[in-house]
Amino acid sequence: MSTRDESHVRTVLSADDVRRALTRIAHEIVERNQGIEGLAILGLQRGGVWVAQALAGILSAIDPQHDVPLGSLDVSFHRDDVGIRPIVPASVTDIAGSLDGRTIVLVDDVLFTGRTVRAALEALNDYGRPSAVQLAVLVDRGHRELPIRPDFVGKNLPTSRDELVVATADGVTIR
Amino acid sequence: MKHLLSIADLSADDIHRLLELTDHMVEISGRPIPKVPALRGKNVVSLFFEDSTRTRTSFDTAAKRLSADTMNFAVSSSSVSKGESLRDTIETIAAMGVDAFVVRHRSSGAPEMITRWTNASIINAGDGWHQHPTQALLDCYTIRTGLNRRDGFDGLRIAIVGDIRHSRVARSNVQAFAALGAHVTLVAPPTLLPPSLEGWPVEISHDLDALLPELDVIYLLRVQRERMEEALLPSLHEYSLLYGLTEARAARLAPHALVMHPGPMNRGVEMVADPGELPGSVILNQVTNGVAVRMAVLFWLLGSGADLSEAP
Repeated sequence: MSTRDESHVRTVLSADDVRRALTRIAHEIVERNQGIEGLAILGLQRGGVWVAQALAGILSAIDPQHDVPLGSLDVSFHRDDVGIRPIVPASVTDIAGSLDGRTIVLVDDVLFTGRTVRAALEALNDYGRPSAVQLAVLVDRGHRELPIRPDFVGKNLPTSRDELVVATADGVTIR
Repeated sequence: MKHLLSIADLSADDIHRLLELTDHMVEISGRPIPKVPALRGKNVVSLFFEDSTRTRTSFDTAAKRLSADTMNFAVSSSSVSKGESLRDTIETIAAMGVDAFVVRHRSSGAPEMITRWTNASIINAGDGWHQHPTQALLDCYTIRTGLNRRDGFDGLRIAIVGDIRHSRVARSNVQAFAALGAHVTLVAPPTLLPPSLEGWPVEISHDLDALLPELDVIYLLRVQRERMEEALLPSLHEYSLLYGLTEARAARLAPHALVMHPGPMNRGVEMVADPGELPGSVILNQVTNGVAVRMAVLFWLLGSGADLSEAP
């Protein structure tokens, strides 16, 4: 990604925009679930992990009475393109305890084809039976290939397929 | 990489990548439902021309946890006993659609030979005195986690004790331990050392007692009783007096030192103390890690879609 000409880089969200979007998502999560009791936040490796950490931080500031378990999920072994393209697992999945009966908020940085989310839904089955699963993304860039819809969106971002969207705490860029 | 025939085919980086992949497989194995769909539709056939319980069940479990289909080819009940050649056997089974053969054979080099007769991936599960690469990888993983050495084995002192001469485990492990930076000493009576040790990155010792306090890992090999008939050992009792791990010897090991054995153990010969009573014994961890390491190898060969060694 660094080989691309820097002049093609467009900033679509600043660091402040990202922070505000995450704060709004956190409040929407609280509103939808009438509190944060029984929730667990799971970031998808790798890009979703920092978003999940940020959301968990904001949630615990909104409601310091309750602890929101935070974990991360690597879906490499559940992908539908195993053997078709190189799959190099990121960090090892970190889920403490059973997910039975919890409401899981899956978190990713950028929602694109939806295939990673499908793999994540399948991977979740191995850890128990959540009472509900919700999806929060910082950026929805369209081009879905599966019937998957996010519950919480920071920014809807029209893109073309070959553009690259990079989302960090410092901002969101298209190149 | 298409086949896993020998540790010598792997770079130190390859070994590190496989061990990192193994971390994922350990996590999968610890899930309430320890099974992922990664190798759905792949067919893995075990072809064991030599007896084995743990290696074969370990590969079988590994393949199943990755959702591959598995088939066991039992040589005693097959057409091999009617005189079918190895090549015909391979070509016949391969014609049913096989993605990987897990092969154990009494002849060194048999797995490599088989690579010429089929397009399937070949995993060497032990050939003659030559190699047993997944054993070496699982032992590396056990040391890596047991001594918390994720970055390599620099400065570790490992002694491999026993029948080096007839041991494919010793050959594979010496290469793997040395590739990761360990200092390896072979400890054995002269009759149980290979005729030539040229090119082996090891030191030789005949005196286990002198080494004990400075070891980080003591790796015991099984003394194969059939060697007695070849008059390579005066008696099993004498062997165990000089090289067996007794309670007195175990007490002289450093407190952090690991005791390892590839199994099956000969109690009272190389293992005199009760391994269940030894604080440093990681022999059962070796077995557990064996499944995860074999999952990593199967995924690397059949599922990663490209050479992991070329990945970023």
